[in-house]
Amino acid sequence: MKYAGLLVMPAGFFLTLAALLLFSDAQRQTAFVLCGLAVEAMGLVVAVRGHMPARGASRP
Amino acid sequence: MNAMAPMTSVPAMSEAVFALTLALLLLAPLAIAGVALINAGLGRSRSAAQAMLGNLALGAIAVIVFALVGAAFAGTLGNSEAAFHVAGKTWGVLGLGPFLMHGLGSAAPQAQLALLFEFMAVAMAAMIPWGSGADRWRLSAGCASAAVLAGIVFPLAAHWIWGGGWLAQLGANFGLGAGFLDAGGAATVHALGGLTALALVWIAGPRRGKFPREGLSTAIPGHNAVYVLFGCLLALVGWLAWNAAGAVIWLHAPLAALPGTAINTLLAAAAALLATFAVTRFRFGKPDASLCANGWLAGLVTSTACAALATPAEAIFAGAVAGFFTPLLVEVLELAISIDDPSGAIAVHGASGLWGLVAAGFFAPQTGQLLAQLVGIAALLGLVLPLVYLLFALLNRVVAFRVDPDGERIGMDLHELGGGAYPEFVIHRDESYR
Repeated sequence: MKYAGLLVMPAGFFLTLAALLLFSDAQRQTAFVLCGLAVEAMGLVVAVRGHMPARGASRP
Repeated sequence: MNAMAPMTSVPAMSEAVFALTLALLLLAPLAIAGVALINAGLGRSRSAAQAMLGNLALGAIAVIVFALVGAAFAGTLGNSEAAFHVAGKTWGVLGLGPFLMHGLGSAAPQAQLALLFEFMAVAMAAMIPWGSGADRWRLSAGCASAAVLAGIVFPLAAHWIWGGGWLAQLGANFGLGAGFLDAGGAATVHALGGLTALALVWIAGPRRGKFPREGLSTAIPGHNAVYVLFGCLLALVGWLAWNAAGAVIWLHAPLAALPGTAINTLLAAAAALLATFAVTRFRFGKPDASLCANGWLAGLVTSTACAALATPAEAIFAGAVAGFFTPLLVEVLELAISIDDPSGAIAVHGASGLWGLVAAGFFAPQTGQLLAQLVGIAALLGLVLPLVYLLFALLNRVVAFRVDPDGERIGMDLHELGGGAYPEFVIHRDESYR
């Protein structure tokens, strides 16, 4: 799961790049860039959950 | 892909401006010293010497590797870059300057000044994650990570933002304000350092005993609040110089704008400290010294992005927001998602750096600046964080990041250095090891 989240994050980045290339008006660009950031945020959440240690795992 | 795309030129600098900027840059290492003290103070006493030596060693490795390799990719001394041509636009991705700083002596003084700034920046960026790995990150692994950061990741970001790369060209290519703006290194230093700290903490895991099977996480307070708070004061001096020098070098700000930049830096830090003071006073009944230090530093980090662009009222607002959310984020990271970050670098440098970049987009007068800042943030989160994680995960297979359990038990000082920072102190047994 941790790797899935980290793979989703570049997808969000490429969405923001696509926004710049595909649209010329600021509103659509902004909407797509925000969508890209939202995808990155989702990827980050998945990565965070994937990396959460099991309770007690850090106990010696 | 065009390997020899010409890079944009920068306006010439007068001798007076050059001399002042050089003087400012000579004060900037105080910011690094402040962060080093904070890193050492927030760790355990039995790892203090290793923490301080690590700060020096990581900075040294980062500077050497950047001089040998990184500066070429950052493209500071070169006049060419590797670039893609897509949709009729040039997307500069990597500098192609001379390796080993060949041609440094004959380079324009202004380029040498920019290179000096980048040396400070790469040392700071390498040092930021060191505090997050306190008490468990091996010195050799830290040095290897600093080399990777200084040789690959930092130059990439530095070229995109400072070297005329695709983020800097967002204004010229797509009409997004003046392109991605980062005068003091909020992206290249702090957000990069904070995201690197996150990758490191994920890979190295928490300190033993930090998250027990039952109950809340174990509090492992920093061993010396005086180091931490003095580090904050030291960092302020460095930051005032750092932000002013960055404004001149990267934004080509006139001398008349520098007092305003320094005032905004101070106001952002002060507002952040007061906000954190109030939040911790309200949450815990008493102000928390280490969280207040984190708040102060978060205000300084926020100012790196926006001090040169904001009005004093905007700087206070940006600092107050950083100071308000930093202690809450530190708490969420530790209690809700079990991230063990002793220095709070993920919240202080990572989150506050990103917030500062957004704030700079709001405060800058140019149309479309906010969108340019958001694209830059998307690049940091979507490309740089996965890249750092991948590189660190591979590196961890070669040089194990984490010290063995016995080393963690006796402390990094004895295990890695053979002697402690405070040899006359009695080292107490840690309650969490029962």
